[in-house]
Amino acid sequence: MPEVLKAPLTVEFPFTRSLGPVQSAFLTGLRERVVLGVRTRDGRTLVPPVEYDPVTAEEIRDLVQVAATGTVTTWAWNHAPRRGQPLGAPFAWALIRLDGADTALLHAVDAPGPDAVHTGMRVRVRWAEERTGAITDIACFEPYDGDDPAEPAGHSGEFSNFENFEDPVTGIVAPARLDYTYSPGRAQSAYISALSEHRNVGERCPTCRKVYVPPRGACPTCGVATLEQVEVGPRGTVTTFCIVNIKAAHTANLDIDVPYVYAHIALDGADLALHGRIGGIPYDQVRMGLRVEPVWTEGARFPDHYRPTGEADADYDTYRELL
Amino acid sequence: MCDIPLVPVMRDIALVAFAQTDHRRTSDEHSEVEMLMPVLHDVLAQTGLKTADIGFTCSGSSDYLAGRAFSFTLALDGVGAWPPIPESHVEMDGAWALYEAWTKLLTGDADTALVYAYGKSSPGSVRDVLTRQLDPYYVAPLWPDSIALAALQAQALIDAGHTDEPALAGVAARSRRDAVGNSHAQLRGSVPHGDYLVRPLRTGDCPPIGDGAAAVILAAGDRARELCERPAWIRGIDHRIEAHALGVRDLTDSPSTRLAAEKAGAFERLVDTAELHAPFTSQEVVLRKALRLDDSVRVNPSGGALAANPIMAAGLIRIGEAAARIHRGESDRALAHATSGPCLQQNLVAVLEGDPR
Repeated sequence: MPEVLKAPLTVEFPFTRSLGPVQSAFLTGLRERVVLGVRTRDGRTLVPPVEYDPVTAEEIRDLVQVAATGTVTTWAWNHAPRRGQPLGAPFAWALIRLDGADTALLHAVDAPGPDAVHTGMRVRVRWAEERTGAITDIACFEPYDGDDPAEPAGHSGEFSNFENFEDPVTGIVAPARLDYTYSPGRAQSAYISALSEHRNVGERCPTCRKVYVPPRGACPTCGVATLEQVEVGPRGTVTTFCIVNIKAAHTANLDIDVPYVYAHIALDGADLALHGRIGGIPYDQVRMGLRVEPVWTEGARFPDHYRPTGEADADYDTYRELL
Repeated sequence: MCDIPLVPVMRDIALVAFAQTDHRRTSDEHSEVEMLMPVLHDVLAQTGLKTADIGFTCSGSSDYLAGRAFSFTLALDGVGAWPPIPESHVEMDGAWALYEAWTKLLTGDADTALVYAYGKSSPGSVRDVLTRQLDPYYVAPLWPDSIALAALQAQALIDAGHTDEPALAGVAARSRRDAVGNSHAQLRGSVPHGDYLVRPLRTGDCPPIGDGAAAVILAAGDRARELCERPAWIRGIDHRIEAHALGVRDLTDSPSTRLAAEKAGAFERLVDTAELHAPFTSQEVVLRKALRLDDSVRVNPSGGALAANPIMAAGLIRIGEAAARIHRGESDRALAHATSGPCLQQNLVAVLEGDPR
C-alpha cells in the first residue's frame, strides 16, 4: 500500500449575481440605511423581502419601509466565529423581526455574552461604515433599550419614493472560498507515486483484462476494482490529436507557443489513451500513429511533453480500438 | 372504440437489498468510487443481479463535500457504466435518487433499479461547505454554518416549551446506545455530551462528521419476490419543501414533513418502526410531532444520523435501515424519513411494508 497522498486545495470563486426588482430595492435601501419590506396581498410584511409570496407564489412588488429596530425571535450563541461571519468576537446568531415586519431576518447580535441575549430582546441595526448594497451593510444588531420603534434611520421621508433610488444596486458579487485537504485515493496515489520515479503504472481489470492509465480504481465496463498494477510505456502511439491556436492562459504554460499539438497517446501496454502535448516536431507534421516518448524536465512530477521516437509509424490496426 | 384506463395501474415496487459502508471520520486511502464499490457489489450479490441486469441507475452526491469536481461521473465507473446505461444523478441525498428511481419503475420502463449515494466530508469543512446551499443574496454572505442554524431551531423549541437541554441529551444518549447494535455506526455507546458548539447545541447534540456510502436495489412486482424473500414494499412515498427563508417558517414545526407523510399514507395505519433523518437531537423533537409518533413506535433502532451521518447518503440509509428490518422480519410496517437543507428544509417520507407472515 503506497503512502496516502494529500495536498491542500482551495476552491475560490466570486459569484456575480443579478438582482430582481425587490432584491435590488432592499439592498439599495441598506446602502442608504433604510430597511424595506414587501407587502403580500393578505397584508403581511416580509423582511427580508422576496419577489414571490412564499405561500401563494404570487408576484409581489409593494415595498414598505420598516424600522431599524426589532425583536429577537430565536437566537444561538456562537462561541467560535468562523471565517466570513459578521463578527470576529463571539456573538449571537439571531432571527430578528423588525418593527413593522411579520417575518424575521437572520443576522448577528453583538452582545457581551450569552447571558445578555434572550428571545424577545430588543435590538437595533448597527450599520456598516462602508456600504455597497449587500446584506453585510448591516454590520450586526446591538441591544436597544427603547421600547418603541426607533425613528427610521437618517433619511426619514426622503425615501417615500424608494422605488426610485438613485444609482440602484442591480447585482452583487458574492465571493466564496472553501478549503480542502485533497487526497486522490488508492489507485491515483499509486499512479502519482510511480510517476514521481518516471514510471507509468496502470491497473488491469481482473475481468476484461484491460489496463487503465491513469487508473481510477475501477473498470468502467465491468464495475470492479482494478488492483493488479502493470507498468506501461514509456513509449506510445498518437491515436488522435488537435492543433491548438489559443495561447494558454495559465501562467505555467505561458512559454508554450501556438500553434501546438495536444494528443491522445496510447502508451505501449495500455488499453486507454492518456493525453499530452507533442513537441520536437513541427505541428503540421504530427499524425495519427506517430510513435512518441515522454520528455521530463528537472524536478517535474509528470512529463513536460512527448516527442517523436523516430520509429516507423504504428499500424492503424494496433490502436484502432483505442480511438 | 378502445378502452383506455383513466386511472393508471400502480405497480408494486419494493426495496429488495440494502448495503452501507462502515462510516468513519476519514477515508483518505479511498477515492469516492473506491469507497462506493464494495456496497454496490454487496447489493448485487444479495440479489444475484449483475450490472447488466439493472434497468435504471440513480445516484445522489455533492461534489462540494470533497471539493472534487465531477466526482459523480467518476463514481459511475463503479457501476460499469460503459457501454452507456440508463442513468441519472441528483445533487441531493440519495433518498431523492430513490424517489426518481421509484417513478422510473412506475412508468414500466424498468423492472429493477440500483440507487446509491455517497458523501466524503472529511477533506473539507462541512459546516462551511453547507453554507453554500443557502440563499445567496441575504443569507450565504453571512456564512451561517449548519450547526448555528440548527441551534436557532433548537432554541425556538426550548422557548416554545417543546423540549429542554436534558431532553435533547436524552435523544443523543438513546441514539448512540441503540447504535451499539449497528456495526456500521461511527458513534456508539456512551458518548460524552460535551461542551456547547453553538448554544444551546452541544457536541453530543450534533451528528458526527464522516465519510460513507450506501446502496439499495428496487424491483417491481414478481421480480421483487424473486430477488428477496420478504421485499419491503413501498406503499407510499412523497417529498415536500418549506419556504426557503428561515424567518418565514415556524421552526418548531414541519408542515412539509406532515404533508409528505399524509401523501405517503403514513397516517392511515400505525407504523411499528420509524427511521428519522434528524442530524440534530432537536430535529427529532420536530419530526416526532409532525409524524405523530408516540412511544409505541421504535424510533431509529439503527442509532440514526446522530450515530452516522455521511451527508448525501444518511437519508437513503434511513430508508435502507427501515427496509432491512422488514427483510429480517423485525418490522411489518415502517416509516422512513429523509431531510435536506437547513432546519429540516425539505422532507421525504416513505412507508414500507412486508407481506403478512
